[in-house]
Formats: sequence, C-alpha cells, structure tokens
Amino acid sequence: MANIDTGGDEVKKGKPKQETLRVDFTPMVDMNMLLITFFMLVTTLSKPQVMDIAMPSDQKIEDALAPKVKESRAITLLLGEDDKVYYYLGKLDESAYSDYTVLKETTYSSNTSNEGLRSILLERNAEAVNQMRDLKLERAEKGNRMSEEEFNERSREIKGDVDALTVIIKPMANSNYKNLVDALDEMQICSVGKYAIVDVTEGDLFLVENYKAQGAYSSVK
Amino acid sequence: MAKIKKHSIFIDMTAMSDVTVLLLTFFMLTSTFLPQEPVRVTAPASVMEIKVPEYNVMNILVDLQGKIFLNIDRPEVRMEALEKMSEEYGVTLNDRQKKVFMEQPFIGVPMNRLPAFLDLPLREQDEAMRQHGIPSDSINNQFIGWIQKAREIDNEMKITLKADQSTPYPLIESVMKDLVKIKANRYSLVTVLKGAPEGF
Repeated sequence: MANIDTGGDEVKKGKPKQETLRVDFTPMVDMNMLLITFFMLVTTLSKPQVMDIAMPSDQKIEDALAPKVKESRAITLLLGEDDKVYYYLGKLDESAYSDYTVLKETTYSSNTSNEGLRSILLERNAEAVNQMRDLKLERAEKGNRMSEEEFNERSREIKGDVDALTVIIKPMANSNYKNLVDALDEMQICSVGKYAIVDVTEGDLFLVENYKAQGAYSSVK
Repeated sequence: MAKIKKHSIFIDMTAMSDVTVLLLTFFMLTSTFLPQEPVRVTAPASVMEIKVPEYNVMNILVDLQGKIFLNIDRPEVRMEALEKMSEEYGVTLNDRQKKVFMEQPFIGVPMNRLPAFLDLPLREQDEAMRQHGIPSDSINNQFIGWIQKAREIDNEMKITLKADQSTPYPLIESVMKDLVKIKANRYSLVTVLKGAPEGF
C-alpha cells in the first residue's frame, strides 16, 4: 500500500535490483490521534435542553376572557427554603387562614411511594395521567401512523380538561431557581396542563409563618 | 552457522491513517463551539428533551449574584443592536472598538463603560465583564433596552434563560418580570437532561 515500486532502473550486471520505497505512516497516525483527542474533548456532544414556559401577561384581561378553573381542582404550591414545599388545596376562605393545618408540607422527593410532591400530584391528577399513559401506549403501538400533530392535539385535550388539575406555583423569596425548575418538571411528569407561576401574596406568607409556629400566630390575633 | 534471514517487521499504517482521518473529519464537522461564557453556571436538571434552538437565539445568562449577561448569536443583529443602543445612550465607538465588540461573545457591561472596556486587552475583558453585568435596575434598565432593540430587528428571535441552579428566586424573578414588561412572555429555560422516571 504505502510502498512505491521504483523498479530496477539500473540494470548492469546479472539480475535486476528491485528497490521499494516505503512511506512510514506511523507519525501521521500519531498526529491524527492527537487531533481526534483534541476535538473529542472540546466538542460538547450533549447539547443542553430547554424547557419552554409562557408567562402570563401583566396586563389585565377581562373577566369573560379569563380562563375558567374549578376551585376544587386547584392546588397551590408554595416553594420555600431548604427544598421544602408547602401546599394547600382549593381556594381558602377567610376562616381557613386561622387554621394552620390547611397548609401541608412536603418535599420534591420523586419517590412515588412516599408523600412527596410527585405522589400528591399523581394522585390528584390520576385521570389525566392514565389517559396520557394510554395515549403514549397507543402511539408506541401505532408507530409512525400517529403523527406528531395528532399526538400533541390529543395530549392538549387531555391536559386541558375542565376536571384536570390546576397547579399554581408560588415561589417564595427564599427558594431558589432549582426549586422552580423542579416544580415545573413535576408538571411535565404528572401531565399537568394548567399551571402558572404566580407571585406570593401576604396571605400565603402568613399561612407559612403560622404553619411554622404551629398556629401561634392565629391564636394571638 | 546457518544464515539468518533478516525480516524487517513493517506494519502498514496506511489503513490506520485512513480511519483516523475519517474520524477526524467526523469530529471536525460535528463539533460546534459554544461561546465561552463569562461565568460558569450549573443549569438545573429536568426531564425535558427539547434541544436548545440552534439559530436566531438570545441567551440570557444570570449568575449567582444576579448579574446579567447577554449573547445574541447572529452577528448582524448584534451589530445593529449595538448601533441602536449607542445612539440611545450617546456612546460613540470607533471601528476598532466595534470590531472587538463583535469578537466578544457576551455583552455584559453598562453602556457608559463600553468604550473603556473594549479598549482593554482581550484577556482582561473577561475579568472586567464578570464585575459588571448589564444593569437592570429600575432607573437604568439597559437589559430591557438590549432585548427590545434585538427584537425590533427580528421579532422571531427566541429567548433562552440560563441561570445557576442555586440562584435565589428573587433574582430570577426580576429578570422574568423584565421580560414580561416588554411582552416577551414566551421563552425557554436552559436545563440539562435527567432521565425521565419509568412509566411516564
């Protein structure tokens, strides 16, 4: 391969002298290997992912246009310090604020068997989760016959159902960015289609303080 | 004594060389060089599998102290945004400074300091940028200015937000509020992949 037959050009006495010219490719390979190593190290093979979010506009919209949400199907998550999550269900009445037990504490634990955020959401959103699972199975069975649009359309239908869970995420000042992304991630995993990131209200802060003090705040009042 | 015939062991490296050149070509073609970020941030993990958009992106980088850096990937948009911004803030840049600006992947200094910053030698610029960040307070919100200018040039530009996972939420919130203020309601958060749990 790497030899060039120069032939015996000087035939003088007796048999012709054959000389082969060999090119040694070993240094070339060495250099190539070095370059490959360099490119392998500098390339980022795993591109980062993105999570698309749509924030609500800050302009007031008319009541008639505002999305309708069943109060009973709402859950409010208050993201707190040290990876703690506080949550309450539905909408709270005036009287409920004095009762510290309406607020419950949980963690971002992904373990479905214990009382982590995921198990709570899965339990409350069981119907949508099951429907989504069926839909994914169907897509897996059908293979290419189900188009991406059809899948998206149907998943939107399931998630947008009136009875589907609505989650209100309220990150408090002492939470961090990871907490927010974790919470948004759970929405994805638990097939929650209706969720929003909302500012904390004074009422929420009171609830958390009251919860931490085991009701001491409300008894003073 | 019998004559020992000398055999030179010669391994033909040509084939090996062919393979390495092929591999090299592959790596050279697939590699994309990410713009060097002025600060190192660890993005949080999520199960999302959508990849970062490749083209026409504005990347907002927020560090642990809430300093904001901005990268606009298309050079022509970046140039135009710079011209509009320098007009608004009354800053004049010479051709050399403009050239340096285009070489620097991230924007991260207040407008009034930009000429002095661009005159610094390249290796000192990173350090200087780390100390500034784009101001985004309510009196002097240049961050909004940059985004608005870029969106005026091309409204289709996608916005990605990358922040360190342990950044306190109020710092992120102020960036999000700024984006909502200029009606950039849809944007993407940059995350790294973590495997989705079984059965979902």
